[in-house]
This record gives sequence, C-alpha cells and structure tokens, in this order.
Amino acid sequence: MSVLIILLIPLVATALVCIPLKRGWPMGVTVVANAALLILTTQLAWRIAAGEPITAALQVGMLKWIAVDGLSALILLLIALVATTASIFSIGYMGHENVLPGQLRLYYANYNLFIFSMLAVPMAAEPTLVWIVVELTTLCSALLVSFDNTREALEASWKYVLLSLMGAGLALFGFLVLFAAMRAAGGGTYTWTGLVVAAPRMPPILLQTAFVFILIGLGTKVGLVPMHTWLPDAHSQAPSPVCALLSGVETTVILYVLLRLFPVMQAAPQSHAETWAIILGLISVGTAAFLLLQVRDYKRMFAFSTVEHMGVILTAVGLGTSAAGYSAMQQIVAHSVTKSFCFLAAGAALLAVGTREIAAVRGLIRRSPGAGAALVLGGLAITGAPPLAIFLSEFSILKAGLTEGRYLVTGLLAVFIVIAFFGVMLHINRMVFGARENGQNALSANQHADAERGEKFRLPFSCRLALILTALPMLLLGVYIPKPLHDLLTLAASALTK
Amino acid sequence: MSEATNQLLENLNALAGGLFLLTAFGMVAMRQARGCLNLFIGQSLLLATSAALLGLRYHSVHLYGVAVVNLISKPLIVPWLLRKTSPEEVYTRREVDQALNIPTSLLIALALVVLAYFLGLPLSNAVEPEFRGPNVSIGIAGLLLGAYTLTVRREAVPLLLGILAMENGAFFAGIAISRDLPMLVELAIATDGLIIVFIMGVLTRAVQKHVGTTAVGGLASLKEAAVEPGKGEVSGK
Repeated sequence: MSVLIILLIPLVATALVCIPLKRGWPMGVTVVANAALLILTTQLAWRIAAGEPITAALQVGMLKWIAVDGLSALILLLIALVATTASIFSIGYMGHENVLPGQLRLYYANYNLFIFSMLAVPMAAEPTLVWIVVELTTLCSALLVSFDNTREALEASWKYVLLSLMGAGLALFGFLVLFAAMRAAGGGTYTWTGLVVAAPRMPPILLQTAFVFILIGLGTKVGLVPMHTWLPDAHSQAPSPVCALLSGVETTVILYVLLRLFPVMQAAPQSHAETWAIILGLISVGTAAFLLLQVRDYKRMFAFSTVEHMGVILTAVGLGTSAAGYSAMQQIVAHSVTKSFCFLAAGAALLAVGTREIAAVRGLIRRSPGAGAALVLGGLAITGAPPLAIFLSEFSILKAGLTEGRYLVTGLLAVFIVIAFFGVMLHINRMVFGARENGQNALSANQHADAERGEKFRLPFSCRLALILTALPMLLLGVYIPKPLHDLLTLAASALTK
Repeated sequence: MSEATNQLLENLNALAGGLFLLTAFGMVAMRQARGCLNLFIGQSLLLATSAALLGLRYHSVHLYGVAVVNLISKPLIVPWLLRKTSPEEVYTRREVDQALNIPTSLLIALALVVLAYFLGLPLSNAVEPEFRGPNVSIGIAGLLLGAYTLTVRREAVPLLLGILAMENGAFFAGIAISRDLPMLVELAIATDGLIIVFIMGVLTRAVQKHVGTTAVGGLASLKEAAVEPGKGEVSGK
C-alpha cells in the first residue's frame, strides 16, 4: 500500500500548490511533500534491500500494473533525493520578486507533476504503461524548460519536446512489437518479469526489431549520441533546480527502461544487444568528451557531461558481467547525486553573476566564495577526482573491464574520461580563480560595479542548505558504501542479468 | 462468416491501408497547416476503419474499442483542442521554405516506404498467419514518414501533426500484430495524445508571443559556436 502512497503524494502536492495563498505556500508544500517522499522511498528501499519481496502492489486480473524490485527501488530513492534537494534550492532560486505569484504556482504545479511522472516509470510493470509515463515525463517538464520564456528557453523546450516525442513514437512501435513477440511465445503476463520468462520462446526477429526501435527511441531521451542534440539546450535553459532534476534523474529514469531490456535480450544472443550498448555508449562518451573542451556556457558544459556519463553507464552495462553491473549501479547513484550538485552549484553561480557564459565569469571565488567553492567541488566530483563518489564507481567500471580482458573498450573509456576531466576543470579553473581580462567582461554594469568594489554576493540560506545536503552523500559515497545500500546495489545489478 | 466475406473484409482493409499511406505522403508535401490537419483527420478515420474491419474479420470486440477511441479522440477532440490552445494565425500561414523542396521530399518518402516494406516483411512472417496482412509494413511506413515530416517541416502545427501521425503509424501496425492490448492502455495512449496537443499548443502560443513567429523549426540560436558575449544573460531576473 505504501507503494501507492508514494505515487499519490506528488499528485496531492500538485493540487495543494494551485491554491492561491502566500508566496511561501507552494514552496513549503513542495519541500514537505518531497521530504515525505524521501522518507517513504528510503523505507521502501530498506525493506527491499533486507530481502522483503514487494512485487505486486496493484494487480488487476492476471496483470500486475505496479511492481517494485531492487532496481526500481534504487531509482525511486534517487528521484526522491534529488527532488528534495532541488525543491529546497528552488526556494532561494525562485524566491526573488520578479517571479509573479501565478508563475510561481505554475512552476511548482509542474514540478510536482514532473516528480509524479518520474516516480511512475520505475513503478510501472507493464511495458506499454511504462511508455505512457515516459511520455508524461517529457510533457510535464516541457513547460519547466521553457519557464523563463526567453527566445532561447522556448527554442530549447520545443526541441526537447519534438525530439523526445519523435523518439517515443519509434519506441511505441518497439513496445507493440514486444507485445506481439510475447503472444507469439505463447502468452504470459506482459510485464518486465513476464518478458524475461517468455523471452527464450520468442521469435528472435521480433525481439531484435523491438530492441532496436526502443533503443533508438528512448536513447533519444537518454541523450545518447547522435540523438543528443536537444539535451545540452534543454538542460542549460531550464531553471537550475529543474536542470538538476533533468540531468540528475530524468535521464537515469529513461536509461532504467533500457536496462530492463537487457535480461530479455539475453535470450537472443545473436542480436548482440550488449555490443550495441558498448558502441553507442563509447560514441556518447567520446563525442561528449571532445565537445566539453569547446563549450562556452557552463550549464551546457554540465549537460554534455551528462551525455558522457550516460555513455559510461551504458558501456558498463554492455560489459555484461555481474561486477560491471554492480559498478554501473554504483555509477548511476554517484552520477545522480553529483550531477544534481553540479547544477545546483551552477545555479548558485548564475545567481551570483547573472550570466551563463564561461568567458564572462572570472574570479568567482572572490565575488561569491560559496558558489565558487561549490563549482570547484562539483567539477572535481563529476569528472571523477578521488576520493569522491564518481571516482570510486568509474574505477570499479574500469577494473571490471580489465578483469574481463576488454582492453580496447576499457582503454578508450579511460582516455575519454581523462579528456573530459581536463575539459571541465580547464573551464572551471578559469571561471573560479582566473583573473579578469580586459574587454572580456559581459557582466551588467551593476554587477560590474559590485565586483569592482569587491562586494561579496551572499547565497540565500536555502541554496546553501541544498548544496550541503547534496554534498554529503557525494563525499560519503566516495569512501564508504553502507551495508543496506550495498545490498540494494547488488539486488539492482541482479536485475540486469537473467 | 463465409470465405467470400472474409476476403472482402481483407481487401477493404488493404484499401484502407493504401489510402492511409497516401495521407502520410500528403502530410509530407502539403504546404498549408489546415490542409495538414484535414489529412491527419482523414488518416485517423482510416486507422479507425482498418481497426473496425479487422475487428469484424477476426471477431475481436477489442478492436471495435480501438476504432471508437480513435474515432472520438483524433478527428474530434484534437482539432478542437488545437483551436483552443494554439494561435489562429498558424492555420492561415503557408509554409514557403521547407528544408527540402517538395519533389525531393516525396522521392525520399518513397525510398522510406520501400525500406518499410523490407522491415515489415520478416516481422509479418514471424507471427501467426492471422496476424499477417499489409498492416505491418504500412504502419512502419507511416511511422517513418511521420518522422521524416518532423525533419523537413518548420511550422509548429505540421510538426505537431507529424508526431501524432507517427503514433497513428505505430498503431496501424499495432492493430494487426498486437491486437489484444489491454483497453486501459489504449485509452491512456489516446489521452496522452491529447496532452501532447495541449502542451505543444501552449508552447506554440508562447513562441508566437515572445519570439513573434510560429516557424519553430527556424529557431536556431542555441549552438556551440553561436554564443556571443552577453547572449547568455538570463532575462527575467
């Protein structure tokens, strides 16, 4: 029953924020709702990690519509975590007087709906139902991306919706073919678990066609190269807390759907699903690493880094061993936490300097020590500097690759990761510690005067709190993985193989 | 039912399929947004017809349900919702600059249909005889032509209709190969289509209000190289 309450909370919160009360009302409701979600999902994950099976929560006839296992519990936990910190950050980020009360209500209503749609993806057990909620994640976040209503934000939102829905159209056909394959195999329940059971009896051609259509269709929304073109736009133009959600968890949620197909595809070894994953993964990591060198907008930089990390996770899954699966799960957790931190830090920097352009920001540490330090920490963490969370997970992916004897794949992955490290740190170093160069200053006159006088910008309390709350797991997971989380990761990784 | 009636129903279904393909071609080539909308309505009606014919042929109550859902949501609610949300101006506009000129577009579309035929053939052969028929290949063709429409169009409404046409294509194949999908899923997908129209209509209105055009395909300021100093400023702060 508690599983259904998790889905209900964001819906109730959506209804509540629409009531026109004081400015603080929608903010408070959203923070409380998401904190409650975090508690409930932690409890759920804890119970599942301890071995309690929660398979069918809502069953009509033979069909289980909603089910939660280790992998979905892990994703649910990440969504709730990032939703909570981003909602705290939103208070300071959206709190300024330029945002009208009506806009604020719209923002929070969309925010909670978006959380609902994301939570529904790992919970839905019926693949076509999953397709519908994946579509909903796009539709609920479209107006969040275009929230600023600038020319750029509208363009980004339009591209996001168009390409995601185009991908979804291709994926729909894939899911229908999967359904046909299920019936050709002699029936059974059309759920993720039912598919794995029936897969050996399915005609391989149907399975292959379904896989390719779904991989390309949903790969568009994950941001895999070459279908990634919308991602840096949408993930840089949305308000920063929304970027944290989009980059930190939405891409992961969609990737989760792709991960569900791998145990099914193992029934058709001739279709080389894992090779597809490695090739698409490496192309994404490589392209993103080189694009990271030439970005000019620091939010776009973090967006490209998302493309890179999705590629890393997919490559790790493609390696196919249980050690690689475990480290892929580790990477999913580390990336969600770290990337949301990066975007919150970018949001803090944006509040401090008012521009997204790398060349216009110099000496951020002097203007706002908090934002500057957060940006450096975020940059180090996302590129895998020790002893932070991503270092540990990327290290274990590379180790798993070497033990398997996949030297070429591992070598390429390592090279691309190093290039990405230099790309990101080069830009961040200049922004935070760099000296101001003449004629390269695009700060507004006002901010320029502030900076000249050496005045410091003080981050709102809620923003600092959100940054600290996100930094804690990021630092902790680099040195220590608690036992329950370890159990959950093992359980989640076991869902990747039959 | 007698053999002759079955044959007749199958032939009628093939005819509906042929017309379905024709409307998909039309949506690639039609310049006016209103024309596109009419073609989309026709396409949805043909989808409903095909579902009803197959339902009659294979005695599937479920397919009648699909026909009714398609009959109500797409030809009736979609145009109404589109009028409510998007600005009136989009209907009167003629699209002068497509990414490719129309004869070239149609040639590429033709190539896509050939591709769809060869993609659909092995799928048709893999399922039991009663699920075969022209629907799979035509459905894939509809899907690919819809995707192609999205790449060449610039105006908001034809783009939106391209998305819905892709869904129509997927379903045209779906009613043949996966005809016993739960009714709840069908209803949810239809509702989903309406949400697509609503959200994209609202976006179109916002683009028209803040940018002054509905040729959304022409928006291209977000690029790696195009960021000039000062362009990255956040407005509305």
